[in-house]
Amino acid sequence: MVNVKMREKCKLLIAATLFLIIVCVAPAKGDALKKVSFIPQWVPQAQFAGYYIGLEKGIYRKHGIDLTIITGGPDYSPSELLTDGRADFASLWLSTGIQMRAGGVKILNIAQIMQRSALMLVAKKSSGIEKPLNINGKKVGLWGPVFQIQPRAFFRKYDLAVQVVPQSFSVNLFMRDGVDLASAMWYNEYHTILNCGIDPDELTTFFFHEHGLNFPEDGIYVLEETYKKDPALCAAFVRASIEGWRHAFDHPDEALVVIMRNLKKEHIPTTLVHQKWMLERMKDLILPEKGEDAGMGGLLLEDYSRVARGLKSMELIDSVPGFASFYKVIRDKDEK
Amino acid sequence: MKNRGLAFKLILLILSSVTLIFLLIFGYNYMYSKKIIIENVEKNAMNLARATVNQIDIVLSSIEKVPENLAYVLERSLCSGEELNNLLKYIVQKNKEIYGSAVAFEPRAYDGKKERYAPYFYKSGGEIKYSDLGTALYQYFFQDWYQIPKELNRPAWTEPYFDEGGGNIIMSTYSVPFYRTVEGKKRIAGIITSDISLSWLQEIVASIKIAKTGYGFLISQNGTFVTHPKEDLVMNETIFSQAEARGDKELRKIGRKMIHGKSGFVPFRSILTGKLCWMVYAPLSSSKWSLGVLFPQDELMADVARLNKTVIILGVIGFVFLLVIIVFIARSITRPLSALAGATEDIATGNLDVSIPEIKTGDEVGKLAQSFDYMKTSLKQYISDLTETTAVKERIESELQIAHDIQMGILPKIFPPFPEMSEFDLYATIEPAREVGGDLFDFFFLDDDHLCFNVGDVSGKGVPASLFMAVTRTLIKTRAARDMTPEVILNQVNQDLSTDNPSLLFVTLFLGIFNIKDGTIEYCNGGHNPPYIIRAGGEIEAVETTGGLALGVMEDFSFQSKRIVLNEGDAIFIYSDGVTEAMNNRHELFSEKRLEGELYRLKDLPVGDILTGVTEKIREFAQDEPQADDITMMIIRYNGQECTARS
Repeated sequence: MVNVKMREKCKLLIAATLFLIIVCVAPAKGDALKKVSFIPQWVPQAQFAGYYIGLEKGIYRKHGIDLTIITGGPDYSPSELLTDGRADFASLWLSTGIQMRAGGVKILNIAQIMQRSALMLVAKKSSGIEKPLNINGKKVGLWGPVFQIQPRAFFRKYDLAVQVVPQSFSVNLFMRDGVDLASAMWYNEYHTILNCGIDPDELTTFFFHEHGLNFPEDGIYVLEETYKKDPALCAAFVRASIEGWRHAFDHPDEALVVIMRNLKKEHIPTTLVHQKWMLERMKDLILPEKGEDAGMGGLLLEDYSRVARGLKSMELIDSVPGFASFYKVIRDKDEK
Repeated sequence: MKNRGLAFKLILLILSSVTLIFLLIFGYNYMYSKKIIIENVEKNAMNLARATVNQIDIVLSSIEKVPENLAYVLERSLCSGEELNNLLKYIVQKNKEIYGSAVAFEPRAYDGKKERYAPYFYKSGGEIKYSDLGTALYQYFFQDWYQIPKELNRPAWTEPYFDEGGGNIIMSTYSVPFYRTVEGKKRIAGIITSDISLSWLQEIVASIKIAKTGYGFLISQNGTFVTHPKEDLVMNETIFSQAEARGDKELRKIGRKMIHGKSGFVPFRSILTGKLCWMVYAPLSSSKWSLGVLFPQDELMADVARLNKTVIILGVIGFVFLLVIIVFIARSITRPLSALAGATEDIATGNLDVSIPEIKTGDEVGKLAQSFDYMKTSLKQYISDLTETTAVKERIESELQIAHDIQMGILPKIFPPFPEMSEFDLYATIEPAREVGGDLFDFFFLDDDHLCFNVGDVSGKGVPASLFMAVTRTLIKTRAARDMTPEVILNQVNQDLSTDNPSLLFVTLFLGIFNIKDGTIEYCNGGHNPPYIIRAGGEIEAVETTGGLALGVMEDFSFQSKRIVLNEGDAIFIYSDGVTEAMNNRHELFSEKRLEGELYRLKDLPVGDILTGVTEKIREFAQDEPQADDITMMIIRYNGQECTARS
């Protein structure tokens, strides 16, 4: 018994030592750790698994970064925090980023994490909606402005007149038939709806990326000023984040443990199956086949143009910012 | 099984039958009691679920009345701010179940100016506090409690939610829209709410305890667990996320039925214990939530299981008891039987002096032993009688043998009988069917030229027939005299035989007088088979009948003679019906046809060989079939005058 305990203690000791070496020795090669803060758009769910696992596994420290993740949620606006400097990095939608840039906020996209739009409209087949034309005259639940760009482009594309109902963060209005269509993120609300007892075959889904309206969402943004001051830091942050995402996809169970712990700490009700679904969908969105062209975290000009044109045509921006002034390519270290 | 003892067969058959019967009864009993229990559980479960649901519904519907009444008031009168506040405060104060109440107005609906206004009174630390929910941050227009009743145009309960401000209690809000007519149009003016804490509801459901591990739980309209003994699930998981986590499609189906307001009784695996349960579920009529109550199967079946165990133990004891009884009975039967078997084995070897074991049971075995004893005694008696009879029979047989010898003695037996005479050849045989026969033959010279010959057959066989035969022969011999014709001889013999014939025996007789000089035969047939003439050329002819009756039948019958002529080489063949009526095992007769065929085949042989040949043929024909009648044959072949001259 004693021997076993001793051995376990030894193991622990070795593990702790190794951890210390990884955490402390690696950055010791360069300068001391740089303090950095990051804000995701929302609560610490699997949508941001790459960042949280990167923090947890010491990946940021390995890249010389002492990261603090500001817990997102309804009370925080990442764009505001980024603009006023409370956060060094922020996760924003590409459309938000372009709008801010066009609106004069000097921010840069340094990584387009999501390659495919997860935004979708969901309808119950029982409401008679099977194809876009059926949507005409229906009540559609839409979230805030940034979430309305694609739906409105979609309505225009199919020449649909709809009655827009502001949608909250719950799916209950849709569940109770208060609206005929609801906005949903594929990785989140769609699964919530399934877990409220509606079967997939009872639903009609409209993925915007399937209707020529692929507005890739989450990307990493930084103030141009910050980037100019320390481009290496920005590059390190992006690389660490991508490494974090890779780790999350390679070790989903480990990632889910971290996610579940963070959500519990924030008292955010969720389920393991929901976070698992979300992580799997994130993999689909971050690593779709076309992602190969841009590399992980790359922003394609065509995606950028599509979103920017969409924003302009809806008069949300006056002019399209230059691609080069908006996007800074940061290659994966390995690809150098 | 086939060669096993009686005891083994009895044990095997009875015990296997009894086991089968027991198992059938046991199985039926188990199924039936299970069915009864399930039925009872279902009934009780339904009652319990309904009672609980009613208990909750009463509270909920009483709460529903409060905002509904307020809506009625607000739709009819424009309250001032203060009046409204007092009203709300009063509502929160007076209804202990109501945690807070608000009237949230549509933009500008309150005073035509305010974009948002929502006075809210709520309990906090024993006081009633006020707050305006109409802040930019809160955005009450987009809250479920506001949006759902507004979009649906009817009151609604919200999904349960955690109230972070109120000490993390689970709440639900009942929201009622109220309307006002503006410019002749009925328009929604706002939403009246009552927030209630669900702790009382959780207590009610938590108080449901079935057996040891049975419990109740409540899910909301979206399937979210409102109450469940497993705390983690509450407000966190839906029944569907549990189904997904457990990969349980059945659970998802049940969940769908529950949220669709159905009620039912289904098998269900407990989320808490993993045990197989029955679950009853029923919807709350107010909030459309669904109550489920779990009844652990094994715990409810515990009594039946106990009873079953007892029944099985009793069955095993009974089985052993029955085994002992059967062994006892079987042995009480087989013990005397084996003793009897031993004794009969001795008897079988011929020892009739063995004593049969005494069995006083008085049952079938006892009777069998008695019968055996009786049989043994009877056998013994029979065998001694048989010994005696056999001795008598042996004596008679030896006497019969002597009689046979005597009978044969009186028949001529030296062949050729007249070796010095070349005019004819004569041969005769007799083979009695029994020791002493009823057939006869004889020949003797009446004078130098005339040979009297006869063949007869007495009716019947054995000693009486042989005696009658001896008498007949003697009579013929004594009556026949020189110059007598056959008819005279037969008339006289017939008269003699008929005169004193108490046994009513008769004899068929062919008698001929053969003139050896010219080959003529004068003959008279007294009812005998007609003899054959075998011509030297090979033709076989039957001797014409004389129409005579058998002798000894009619005293004064007058016989007639006839005459035939034998040419040189011709022969006459006389025989008794034992020849033609010899039978084989297929009950076919040897018949005249076969005899004629044989005679034709053998015609050129010496006379002795002809008779031997026919005899062999008859034997060959009859094979093992016992001889039924005496077989007598005589043949005389005429050699002609020249031979005489030569001699």
